[in-house]
Amino acid sequence: MLTGLYAILFYVATAVLVGGLAYRIRLYWNTPAPLKIPTTPAPTTEAGVALRLAREVVLFESLFKSNKWIWLFGWIFHAALLLVVLRHVRYFINPVPDIIVFVQEFGIYAGFAMIAGLAGLWARRFLVPRVRYISAPSDHLMLALLMAIGLSGLTMKFVAHTDIVAVKAFFIGLMTFSWQPLPADPVLLVHLTLVALLMIIFPFSKLLHGVGLFFSPTRNQADNPREKRHLAPWAAKLEAGEGPK
Amino acid sequence: MADMSDYIMDESEIPDPLERPEIMPGSMEGLKPFIAKPDHQSALGFPGELVDNWQEKAIGKMGELLGKYRSLQVYLDSCVKCGACTDKCHYFLGTGDPKNMPVARQDLLRSVYRRYFTFSGKYFPKLVGARDMTKEVLDEWYSYFHQCSQCRRCSVYCPYGIDTAEVSMAAREIMDSVGVGQKYCNEIIGKVYKIGNNLGLPKKAIQSTLEGLEEELEEETGLKIRMPIDEPGCEVLLITPSADLFAEPHIQGLMGYAKVFHEAGISWTLSSYASEAANFGMFIGSYENMREVSLRIRKAAEELGVKRIIFGECGHAWRVAYSFLNTLAGPFDFLDPRYPSPQHICEFTYDLMQEGKLKFDKSKNDQYRLTFHDSCNVARASRMGDKPGGQFELPRAILRATCNHFFDMAEDTIKEATFCCGGGGGLLTDDLMDIRIKGAQPRMRALQQVREEHGVTHMAAICAICKAQFTKVMPHYGFDMDSILSVHQMVANAIVMTGSIQAKELEENANAAAAEGQAA
Repeated sequence: MLTGLYAILFYVATAVLVGGLAYRIRLYWNTPAPLKIPTTPAPTTEAGVALRLAREVVLFESLFKSNKWIWLFGWIFHAALLLVVLRHVRYFINPVPDIIVFVQEFGIYAGFAMIAGLAGLWARRFLVPRVRYISAPSDHLMLALLMAIGLSGLTMKFVAHTDIVAVKAFFIGLMTFSWQPLPADPVLLVHLTLVALLMIIFPFSKLLHGVGLFFSPTRNQADNPREKRHLAPWAAKLEAGEGPK
Repeated sequence: MADMSDYIMDESEIPDPLERPEIMPGSMEGLKPFIAKPDHQSALGFPGELVDNWQEKAIGKMGELLGKYRSLQVYLDSCVKCGACTDKCHYFLGTGDPKNMPVARQDLLRSVYRRYFTFSGKYFPKLVGARDMTKEVLDEWYSYFHQCSQCRRCSVYCPYGIDTAEVSMAAREIMDSVGVGQKYCNEIIGKVYKIGNNLGLPKKAIQSTLEGLEEELEEETGLKIRMPIDEPGCEVLLITPSADLFAEPHIQGLMGYAKVFHEAGISWTLSSYASEAANFGMFIGSYENMREVSLRIRKAAEELGVKRIIFGECGHAWRVAYSFLNTLAGPFDFLDPRYPSPQHICEFTYDLMQEGKLKFDKSKNDQYRLTFHDSCNVARASRMGDKPGGQFELPRAILRATCNHFFDMAEDTIKEATFCCGGGGGLLTDDLMDIRIKGAQPRMRALQQVREEHGVTHMAAICAICKAQFTKVMPHYGFDMDSILSVHQMVANAIVMTGSIQAKELEENANAAAAEGQAA
């Protein structure tokens, strides 16, 4: 019963996450950017653009320019999240690759760093009047959700161990469509429920920023408008006199 | 021992240009520009007044724009409310009104987007801050989207590059489409269609101005420096803001261009049909209107048979020219392929300097201790020369070559971090004077700092709007209204033209100095 419920929950969550993101990516991909609007100075070549995006993704370059506190908390949270996710890969593949074995230890510390980063970001929502002003209930709830996921995960590691061998069997079973029982451990169930919730919310929320960055014309366009004519399909129609004035 | 007064004039007396104000909700709430009259609207293809089913129309227009502009779609989805932009807008820094924080300004539109176009906003509006499109919302849009100069400073600092300019352009386009336009912008675009320029100067008036300037130049230099209009067969079509024909210090810049062209021996002409570099179609977010205005330039270039198009000093005009003109009115394959199309007058002058074709007597500008204001649209939305950042280096190179005393303002207030003058984006109108004065505050503080530190007396700019705005607002910050100069005004002052009175003077002075040296 419990196993069936969570199996369905994760199938649904995965479908929503993948389907939702695919829909969003398709939408962004198919929506033209009719004008060249890179924030300059901008790279003049595609290779330069790739480097600019890489710096944004890895180093949060623009955020660093803006505000060192947000950068610090935000970067710590995201880097830690990456390590934590990598640490969790061991639940989904067999045998576990060396690199994933290697990150295990870092992943543990990253769990704490993730909580620290989230706490910093959340504190700003209360302490900085400007940020308090722009925070909607959903902004607080998103941080609460991530925090609860992190804390429940740490609880299983440091307070109340769960049967991770069984957890792994459950997820491998989900992926191979041969369901294995899920341990009825309350902390684990909370953790998994919240993760599934996060996956479902992802494509409908501001978590889309992860995808959005790659489609942001101010960051992903090369600065070459004089050299290369840029024309959106709808603008070409307008030019041909087919479009509405 | 130093006098006590040495310590009293401490830099710290001038507040930091980036100082964050206390937030003061509602402090700029009432401010609204005049609404366009029905005939201003209809000339641009917009309804004359608020249409009956305006809510439906507005939401429909928003949907249309979401499908046409990836920027809008991505930016409305991606904001995480991190707060990085909250202290970056000059209008927020100058007013403390939280709705002038870029994210809050975007949210005025994002809240409506969420209500009508997203799952969460349709079913959980309170949770995600979604709002119905009401008359109050429309009024709020009209007020605060006309307190954005589309300067893109926020987009530099956003971790996703969200550009509030894109959102405010969309909002203005939606408002125009339901019949609520801004008088200043829309009336001006109408003048371009009817007469050819923003100021509504007819050809005859321009001609007589140019003739007067030619006389002035001849008197000054002893040379017949021509300033032609509608002259076919010239090498260069000069597209310059009409303010260059009319206002101070703009007109000094225009005389600078004329001198440079003359010295280079390159023929040029203005066009009465395209007697405007500015393109307010961008400010109102209207691709169609921006294109109409741009096509006039193409047509003028074709009819006059020029080989190059060069733009005069104007910030947003250079954005449209550099970034959009090829898209809107290209391809420019009928022009000389050896030069980029279009070119900026600073690129033209700089190239001549590199070739050693211009001679300057810097001492002619010794009465100025100068700094440079990077105009927002040039700094963050365009380029000069062939390297990123050339838009910062070329004007400075020109100023350093023409003036002995040049000092930059604080690094975090120039180049890509530059502040808008406070009058850009269609805000250069008397009905918005309050926000214009307050929005100039960060730039004025940075200027006050270099006045204290380096005794700076003047600031050069490269944009017609900046020049007009500073002329008006500088007196509010303790500067004379003529403390703002054109970049090519400095060129005009310092250039020593071949065979000119200045060249002869310089030679005589050199001879006299040599004779004195021998005598000693």
